Amino acid sequence: MGNLTSALLERLERDFDITDITERHERLTTFKVTRDHAETLIRELRDREKYTHLNFITCIDYIEDGVFSLVYMLQNYVTHTMLGVHVDIDRDKAEMTSIHTLWAQAWTYQRELREMYGINFPGSPRLHEDFMLEGWDDMPPMRRDFDTAAYSTEHFGHVDRESEEPRQYMKVQFYPNRGGDEE
Amino acid sequence: MTQLTGHSASLDFSQPEPVDMSSGKYVKLWQGPQHPGITGNMSLELTLDGDEIIECKTHVGYLHRAFEKLMEGRNYIQNFTVVCRIAVPEPAFNEYLYAEGLEQLSGIEAPERAQWIRTLNLEMMRLASFMMWIGGQSGAFGLYTVPNWTIAYRDYVLDLFEEMTGGRIYHMYMVPGGVRFDLPKDFDKRVKEVMDGAEKLLDQVERVMYNNVVFKARSKGLGIITPEMVDPYGIVGPNARASGIKRDLRKDEPYLVYDQLDFDIISGTGADAYERAYLRLQETRQCISLIRQCMDRMPRSGPLQAEMPNVLHWKIPPGETYVKAECTRGEYGYFMVTDGTEYIRRVFVRGPSYTHAIAVMEKLAVGTNIADIAGLMVSLHTYPPEIER
Repeated sequence: MGNLTSALLERLERDFDITDITERHERLTTFKVTRDHAETLIRELRDREKYTHLNFITCIDYIEDGVFSLVYMLQNYVTHTMLGVHVDIDRDKAEMTSIHTLWAQAWTYQRELREMYGINFPGSPRLHEDFMLEGWDDMPPMRRDFDTAAYSTEHFGHVDRESEEPRQYMKVQFYPNRGGDEE
Repeated sequence: MTQLTGHSASLDFSQPEPVDMSSGKYVKLWQGPQHPGITGNMSLELTLDGDEIIECKTHVGYLHRAFEKLMEGRNYIQNFTVVCRIAVPEPAFNEYLYAEGLEQLSGIEAPERAQWIRTLNLEMMRLASFMMWIGGQSGAFGLYTVPNWTIAYRDYVLDLFEEMTGGRIYHMYMVPGGVRFDLPKDFDKRVKEVMDGAEKLLDQVERVMYNNVVFKARSKGLGIITPEMVDPYGIVGPNARASGIKRDLRKDEPYLVYDQLDFDIISGTGADAYERAYLRLQETRQCISLIRQCMDRMPRSGPLQAEMPNVLHWKIPPGETYVKAECTRGEYGYFMVTDGTEYIRRVFVRGPSYTHAIAVMEKLAVGTNIADIAGLMVSLHTYPPEIER
């Protein structure tokens, strides 16, 4: 971690109570910030610290903890470093402040996250328009508890052919004498 | 060179007011998804006032195969058959980044010769992709001679890939720890032949396409990307460089052996479709130079694979990384999260088309003549599969 980034992180720790600071590689550091501080912090990184490029926004579903971890990846083209800003939100009340006024492509990511994870971003343009899925009325499919094989079987059936669940299938291939029991 | 040090807060990202279709003044027209090519497998919902576009909305999803979800249910090595399909004309970047990400997360480093071969492979991929793009751009403006040349010549590059990896389109060659096997015997001679031919072809392409009065008239002034748009819209690669923004990950954040190769970042000033096209022609030539350098400078012997665990039972410790590379369209990246099991917890693929084909396209299309919309789409060099993953 460079001196510049270290000083910045110290300041962010003081001003925004960021936690879980982790250097992932020499150019990438990630940390967590609370939902209430997130938008202000991201705006400040953009306007004052030259993290002017939004690489992407995505989400990790930690179903076991009941949270969605939103990830905002920001790039500084002067120091060539990136910051991964993690914001944990409640999985059952998935809502986050929209940042569509900060970058032109942000609303597209938010629209995708609404469709794929069911996260609401109040005020984000065209949020409820279909993005990749047309007329989808089931559980948002990128959630960990969405079972693709069950959905496929239920909606499309498998006439005259069998479909395998890849994890189980490979285990049976590896350990045929133990019926797929790895242990 | 234009320097961007701050962020323009003055740009207005708000969505346009809905068009009053009941007035009878306007017509809706759908561009695509009727053709399985670059411009066809997404669609643009265009609102026209006469033959001028007054509103554009991009629709994607026609190629959605849920790659990211599929990968969560397969072990690390099984995913190599999935990742290469995310950007069909450029599968090698997906292979490399997925392998690189796994290596970072598990503390493995590919041997030096493997890194040179990976660089060679990526530059050959760039050449093949640009050859196809030149054909696409020329065809979109009604010049059908050049596509016949360049798309046919791309096949000679695919022949090299077949020899090198066993596959023409999907190679599955760059695997965690290195590459699958060594270069074939006398490969350098055949690479030289193909590169010599490609150089001659590009000279002809320049004369026939870039000096053509029709091509110039239709592409100059079309789809201008100003330097002020670059950061707020997340524009990367040739689309940004043509506006004078000198950024290239191969130079700015070198990976593989790019720091041992001689090249400069090429940038333009015109910022329109012609400038972008000309910049890509120059980068195609640069790419040939990089391939030659790789062939001349790579170590003649050495291991191709690092020591690896049994990949069929490979558990990677909990971690997170974002790896990226400069593909033909700019920053291409893989964000990967592992949780200590045999399966990836989350993988997110960041393709340049995500913003180029949606936010940028929707802005640039407004005010364009309907006849130029295909040319504009190709000039942004977008691949829909990397949007919908």
